[in-house]
Amino acid sequence: MSESSQDARCEIAFTVNGQLATVRAYAMERLLDVLRHELGLTGTKEGCGEGECGSCSVLMDGSLVNSCLIPVLQASGANIVTIEGLASDGHLAVLQQTFLEYGGAQCGICTPGMILAAVHLLTKKPCPTLEEIREGLSGNLCRCTGYMQIIEAVAEAGRHGAAT
Amino acid sequence: MKNAPIVGTSVPRIEGRDKVTGLARYVDDMVLPGMLYGATVRSRIPRGKIKEFTFGPDIDWKAFVIVSPRDIPGKNCIALIEDDQPCLADGLVNHPEEPLLLLAHPDRHLLPKAVEAVSVEYDPMPAIFSMEESEKLSQVVWGADNTFKTYLIEKGEVDPVWENADYVVEGEYTTGAQEQLYIENNGMIASFDPQQGLTVWGSLQCPYYVHKALMKLCNLPENRVRVVQMETGGAFGGKEEYPSMIAGHAALLAMKSGRPVKIVYDRMEDMAATTKRHPSRTRHRTAIRRDGKILGGEIEFTIDGGAYETLSPVVLSRGAIHAGGPYYWPSVRIRAKAVATNTPPHGAFRGFGAPQSLFALERHMDHIAEVLGLSSVEIRRRNFLTPGQTTTTGQTVQEEIDLGKLLDRALEVSHYHTKKEKFAENQQERSKKGMGVAAFLHGAGFTGSGERYLGSLVGLEVCSDGSVRVLVSSTEFGQGTKTVLCQIAAEALGLRYEDVGIAQPDTREVPNSGPTVASRTVMVVGKLVQSAAVGIRQTLTASGKLGESYSSDEFRVACRAYVAEHGKFRSLARYEQPDDIVWDEEKYRGSAYAAFAWAVYVAEVTVDLVTYSVSVDDFVAIQEVGKVLHPVLAKGQIIGGVAQGVGFALYEKVIWENGRMQNGQMTNYIMPTSADLPDIRVFFEELNNVHGAFGAKGIGELPMDGPAPAIVNAIEDALHIAFDSIPLLPEDIFDALAKRAVPEIAPSSAQGQQ
Amino acid sequence: MRARPSDYELVIPHTLPAVLSLLAQEPGVWLPIAGGTDVMVQYAAGKLDRRKLVSIWNLPELRRIDVFAAEIQIGAGCTYTDLSEHEVVNREFTLLSRAARWTGGIANQNRGTIGGNIVNASPAADSLPALLVYEAELLLVSARGERRVPYTEFHIDYRKTQIAPDELIRAICLKRRFPEYYAHARKVGARNAQAIAKVCLAALGRLADGVVEDIRLAMGSVAPVPLRLTGTERIVKGNRIDSWLVQLARTTATAEVQPIDDIRSSARYRAAVAGNLVAEYLEQLERCRNET
Repeated sequence: MSESSQDARCEIAFTVNGQLATVRAYAMERLLDVLRHELGLTGTKEGCGEGECGSCSVLMDGSLVNSCLIPVLQASGANIVTIEGLASDGHLAVLQQTFLEYGGAQCGICTPGMILAAVHLLTKKPCPTLEEIREGLSGNLCRCTGYMQIIEAVAEAGRHGAAT
Repeated sequence: MKNAPIVGTSVPRIEGRDKVTGLARYVDDMVLPGMLYGATVRSRIPRGKIKEFTFGPDIDWKAFVIVSPRDIPGKNCIALIEDDQPCLADGLVNHPEEPLLLLAHPDRHLLPKAVEAVSVEYDPMPAIFSMEESEKLSQVVWGADNTFKTYLIEKGEVDPVWENADYVVEGEYTTGAQEQLYIENNGMIASFDPQQGLTVWGSLQCPYYVHKALMKLCNLPENRVRVVQMETGGAFGGKEEYPSMIAGHAALLAMKSGRPVKIVYDRMEDMAATTKRHPSRTRHRTAIRRDGKILGGEIEFTIDGGAYETLSPVVLSRGAIHAGGPYYWPSVRIRAKAVATNTPPHGAFRGFGAPQSLFALERHMDHIAEVLGLSSVEIRRRNFLTPGQTTTTGQTVQEEIDLGKLLDRALEVSHYHTKKEKFAENQQERSKKGMGVAAFLHGAGFTGSGERYLGSLVGLEVCSDGSVRVLVSSTEFGQGTKTVLCQIAAEALGLRYEDVGIAQPDTREVPNSGPTVASRTVMVVGKLVQSAAVGIRQTLTASGKLGESYSSDEFRVACRAYVAEHGKFRSLARYEQPDDIVWDEEKYRGSAYAAFAWAVYVAEVTVDLVTYSVSVDDFVAIQEVGKVLHPVLAKGQIIGGVAQGVGFALYEKVIWENGRMQNGQMTNYIMPTSADLPDIRVFFEELNNVHGAFGAKGIGELPMDGPAPAIVNAIEDALHIAFDSIPLLPEDIFDALAKRAVPEIAPSSAQGQQ
Repeated sequence: MRARPSDYELVIPHTLPAVLSLLAQEPGVWLPIAGGTDVMVQYAAGKLDRRKLVSIWNLPELRRIDVFAAEIQIGAGCTYTDLSEHEVVNREFTLLSRAARWTGGIANQNRGTIGGNIVNASPAADSLPALLVYEAELLLVSARGERRVPYTEFHIDYRKTQIAPDELIRAICLKRRFPEYYAHARKVGARNAQAIAKVCLAALGRLADGVVEDIRLAMGSVAPVPLRLTGTERIVKGNRIDSWLVQLARTTATAEVQPIDDIRSSARYRAAVAGNLVAEYLEQLERCRNET
């Protein structure tokens, strides 16, 4: 029993931000493109297409992954969280607030991926040291900030004891 | 004023909430009905004649829109300073990746294969790839002599100084190309309607540059071209010129097809085809007195402009003017030139010529210190400009800047002397530590008469609901344009920060406040916002609807009443050059900039002698920038700029082969990650500047000038080897150490020793 | 993104036998894809010529770690994160868990697999030198059965391995006999994170009465395949570590490696750093003896 593509699009279902989503897509479409184009969730960005910059990061079954490197068929049945899933009822998550307060977002293009990477980090290490934050975010490139204000934002969010 | 101060506090970023929630809309987030995707067929050779195009089999070409130079309604050029750069190469190719043809199709996945399927037959011509080859003139690839521009800056009498000099110190310093590496690639959407005209939306810094270029390319009048900036994911100068090219491409496809067209580059294309920082070569020859004072000197500053002129004359200008740094030169001759090679044209990148010439100067100062047996600190202190003295262009330093004090503060905060001594005594075998200093300045705004020619126009609009909107073409791309201009407007109007909004830059909506470059936005445009605010208050007061002092609510009521009676109104303010800024464009003398920011940076490095890599362990950045309008934003600008400077010095190397960038992926073009940078400690001194908004001066580019020389100076301190070329990679350090160990044997024999 | 998704086929059989059956039916046709951190990069660059892919991501038979008395079996489908979080791997095979934490960023560690790293066979791969010094054995599985291959024989040439077109790696077996060894690994890349190795070293050594009783040195990015420096090991083994031996080991290692000039670095730099890494290791080995 297997799911296959057979030169035709297939139906693929997964959960995104708590909602069930069903798409018709080629198996080898990138999860990134399906999120952005089929589901209109354009918060996840493409910066490099090679898994280096982390702008396309999402949480898949609780794990931080680069969505530009995932064939959508492999996401079948998965639980995906994108940046759009963080705020609830218009209330910003703690990390979103601290990013705003500390200047963690300048041009904003790395920000969705960076925030999700921070969410992931705080889930594993609720009170990270500055070094641990530096290392935990080292897979997300930012060209604007030089990272310091991002690190401060994450440290502050950690002190507040909330990843989301 | 009853409200709390706004300017000088870190108010929330205007568009910040959208950025942290993923709602901010960048060009690739937008889709228009019936939209096609576009792609570019590019040259694979550096120079030659195009003989023939062949459209390969297995592609349904009828389903594609194909644009060639014949389809260009207007002039086949990307108008900037000169019109020498074609939008599509017409018969002649002058650099790899030069655009030749454009394709569009509804299915974006079909484009890469289609682009590959177009084969081009060329008659190749010999190509040149270095400044030296260009100067030799064995091939003339541009104009009569490969020279885009030259400048000569002369002050005092240079020729006599050599006789009186106790020392004559020479040096040659080079910097490589650097890729801006904004995380959002270039992209544009164009749509053409025969009645409405052409509209483009995109990632860009300068809406009116694009507007001007499209008018000429598409042969459309001013009111039938509309340019809208979308949220822009980083720019750093890399989206100053280039957007006009990609907008032109999207526009041509849209005009031919009658459908909207989106072109978004992937990283490989963006890196290979778009602009980079100009490579440079600076030669210094300096006459020095025994006590360390500069008597005079000659500076030759050369930059590689690539295949077409684009903005090279302006980069050259700024680099030449900054070549003397923050020091007093009694006499100097600066000869600057920009030359052509067969590489994709180089362009604006934060600093714009100054990081190049200041790298050279600040390395040269350490070199001079060494020759004289003076410290790096003393050689600088003894030559710093003081108020009342003149710069290399003869501009009198008006403000009460005390560079010696700035230097002292930097040394204190960085524990420079203590550390330097400690390192000298305790050098380990496997790692060497060192400290380095760089002192510099950066002029804000356009050079000389530039601001006057721009004649920037700014508007403040009162809307029917009583709110106020700032109208500028200045763009936000992370540096905080929207936030700071709203702060200024709110403070100048006596309102709360939340009472003021700002229009998205759309050439149909906003006046031309000039390009978002040259660290001019806060200082020049911000000042005009302040002036426009005065106009609003005057109008309301004169109408009797508002008193001299008022609350935000009273203001809103007054506005509503005014608009109900008279309709929406705008207050416009146009730039006028202050009388004390006088510049001679012919002789290149006078007041080059309305204001300079001043800085001293200190780097602490460790060189690991197992791997030859350099880590920057501590970095102190002290600058005097006039009033700091928004502490968090200002600090963010400095840290981000220092990070790019660290990359410029130690990591970011463009590997060229026959004029084409070989390492155009994020895997192989190395920018620093969070694990590669230290805490960057930022301090501001504030001297009020009369010309800028609320006393502010420009800061966006300043931090790019200092890190590279400070770091390389520190490496010299650690290893006692002078490196005069960046980027400086571990491989280069290894080669130099190997050569020093066995000077008569070339490094390549390190392998065959057993 | 330069590939056309509709040109490709991806199937997800949900069991290992189903995958093996497919590979047996059409050997060389189906390209296994696990986490995709290598394959998808090629795909997006328009350089993936194999059009049919079979997913082996998250197969329970492959994504498991079994701990036995004498050895552990690490399923080939384990991600780098799985490795770096496993207690026994961390405690007894620290070179592997350290390499796992160096490979790419966290997002790539969550998807990249050890099996993928081995089969991809890049000489720059971070984990492979560790497998060489631990003298891993690979369990290769196909519809025809299972076989054990010493990892030291697995790489034949640049990106060419012993694996047959119908085979997968099922597990990597590591003997649990290195508790008294001094383990050390170092990666030299262009930056501190997310870097492809210019040179990397995995080293194990044991001293007895001040003499080097056993030493294993393996390096990446210095040859077409991950390399055991057997020549350098030979001149070190049986000797006391003094400055003379350290220097001899340094120059022997520099001569033993066969690096190239490429887009990332130069041959002479790699050769010199290889020697330096070996010297550094020996000095550390000697220092740790003095500290115990």
